[in-house]
Amino acid sequence: MDFLKDPLKVTADWLLGIFAGWGMPELWANVLIGFLGIFILVALLMALDIILVWIERKVVSRFQSRIGPNRVGPFGLIQPFADIIKLLIKEDTTPEGADKTLYNLAPILSMMSVLILWAVVPLAPSILGVDLNIGALYIIAAGAIGALSIIMAGWSSNNKYSLIGAFREVAVMLSFEIPMLTVMLIPTIFTGSMGIGAITQAQDTWFVFLAPLAAVIFLIAAIAELGRAPFDMGEAESELISGYNIEYSGMKFGMFYAGELLHAFTFGGFWAILFFGGYRFFGLEQVSAFLAVAILFFKAFIGYWIIMWVKYTLLRIRIDHMLAFNWKFLTPVAFVLLMTTALMNALLANAPAWLYIGGMFLSNILVAWISLEVARSTSRQERERVEGAKASMPEVAQH
Amino acid sequence: MVPLSWYLIFSAALFSIGLFGALSRRNLVAILLGIELMLNSVNVNLVAFWRYGDVTNITGQVFTIIVFAVAAAEVAVGLALVISVYRKRNTVIADEIDMLKF
Amino acid sequence: MTIDKIIFLIVAAVTLIAALRVVTTGNLIHAAFWLIATLFGVAVIFAVLHASFLAVVQVVVYIGAIAILFIFAVMLTRKDMRDQGPQLNRNWGFGALLAALAFVGLALLVHGWSGVTKTASAFPSGFDAVSALGNALVSPDAYVLPFEVASVLLVAALVGAVYVAYNRK
Repeated sequence: MDFLKDPLKVTADWLLGIFAGWGMPELWANVLIGFLGIFILVALLMALDIILVWIERKVVSRFQSRIGPNRVGPFGLIQPFADIIKLLIKEDTTPEGADKTLYNLAPILSMMSVLILWAVVPLAPSILGVDLNIGALYIIAAGAIGALSIIMAGWSSNNKYSLIGAFREVAVMLSFEIPMLTVMLIPTIFTGSMGIGAITQAQDTWFVFLAPLAAVIFLIAAIAELGRAPFDMGEAESELISGYNIEYSGMKFGMFYAGELLHAFTFGGFWAILFFGGYRFFGLEQVSAFLAVAILFFKAFIGYWIIMWVKYTLLRIRIDHMLAFNWKFLTPVAFVLLMTTALMNALLANAPAWLYIGGMFLSNILVAWISLEVARSTSRQERERVEGAKASMPEVAQH
Repeated sequence: MVPLSWYLIFSAALFSIGLFGALSRRNLVAILLGIELMLNSVNVNLVAFWRYGDVTNITGQVFTIIVFAVAAAEVAVGLALVISVYRKRNTVIADEIDMLKF
Repeated sequence: MTIDKIIFLIVAAVTLIAALRVVTTGNLIHAAFWLIATLFGVAVIFAVLHASFLAVVQVVVYIGAIAILFIFAVMLTRKDMRDQGPQLNRNWGFGALLAALAFVGLALLVHGWSGVTKTASAFPSGFDAVSALGNALVSPDAYVLPFEVASVLLVAALVGAVYVAYNRK
């Protein structure tokens, strides 16, 4: 019973007993147990990554009305292993004139920036890597390191298209960090703390019912942060010959690709944690830690499904439209939403629960409706201006 | 426990390395890199004094946040100026930018 | 030699070596990346000093924005893809002398101060530095005025940077 509720503590105490029996000083034993925990987490994440590769390929094929991998093993389940073996035995090229240190460091940093995110993910009430009281900001910091790795990859490949792809990708990532950070402050207002564990504990009602517009903005900004379609200008195969990925082959490319899939799953997980209650499900998570982990992963897979759905349905957006969308629409809406939430939180602080939830929900809907109306009228004026100009042009051309 | 003097010596060393960079480099962007090092050393100093003094007196951290903002503003404007100079004079070597107007 | 001292010595050594590489390397892109290593070392020092919020903000603001801005600026101001010539100017000896004098002066100043061997008092439990910082930044009898002035400064810098670097065809 104890192990089911708190497996980490039970295992750690057992290992500590073994190590003390061997005569190791306690400090060293604790450090060793810490390293063992990190190693197990990373190993499980890499195994999850392999499953994600299979899921991604099957899902994309079903969206495109084809079957997908079905030769290698039943339902193509062994396909990811075949992919890994292929990537490992491929020739590891380094382009001539490339900056070797940076070129080899970039995929490592990219994968690292995804793995360090899992240190703050609360998998269960008792399984949490580090209970940072600034967890929400830590996510943005890890994203910053990811942006750095892309610029490193783009620059060190010694290739024009690689550099352009990296510039565009980093511009998109840095720009969309602003609405993501602003919207992440909304669960912080509701909770009173930036710690991810505290945010999960405070979700007696899921925050998506309190702030649905915040959930939508977070999803859009997260998809842009990931560099996935429709925001994948940095690695567009038809525009830029896959951008910063061009010169990478073999396992280095595998690191970028697998890192991107794991990053997508991680942000599906964060969407679930910040807005859909994380591991909570009407008290079911108190039964066992493993059940809580299963609930969280189920919600994370739903988030990942939605991210995949968006990727394989929508067209790619042009880079200037992407940046205009961020700076002229998403960021102002995020700021207005933050101010509205803070105001409503202060006004309704002592209200009964139904009034609080209803008031917050209605204020979100109001902000969404007003911003969509403003966007619609602005685009109507723009369209009339452009079409007015075009309508008067043929007359000039004829004379 | 680490004595306070270690943090102060560390920040003094970082400051003097930044000073050397700002005084001895040819490239304008490299000079700005030296200035960044000096600003970071000041931040380390402020936070060390906050921690080793009265922790409930949060002035050290507030000052550091203001220094973050000032450093960001300075880097943005400085690099905009460097890029603008590069467009006009086609060089970023500090010694070659020695005429006001020609 | 406790574990704190060992951790501090390792982090400080890494940071200072990275800072030296920033100011001496010939390749400017490498200098920008060594700056990133230095900034990360300073973030670790902040974390060791229990200023967790500042450590994360250091990574987000300095590494995530300022360092990337430096890399962009270096890439946009290169005449060709090679790096030319020595990167130290004629007066580098004088600069090194001044820097050494500054370090010696500061070190002597530190030694002459009485409170220099102070060790840190234990961090009071239950004190939330982050919320205290937040309250201090917006509270009228604390530091709301410097906070607002800093935000005006950032707006001015934003407008100024865009205007100065604008490419009028």
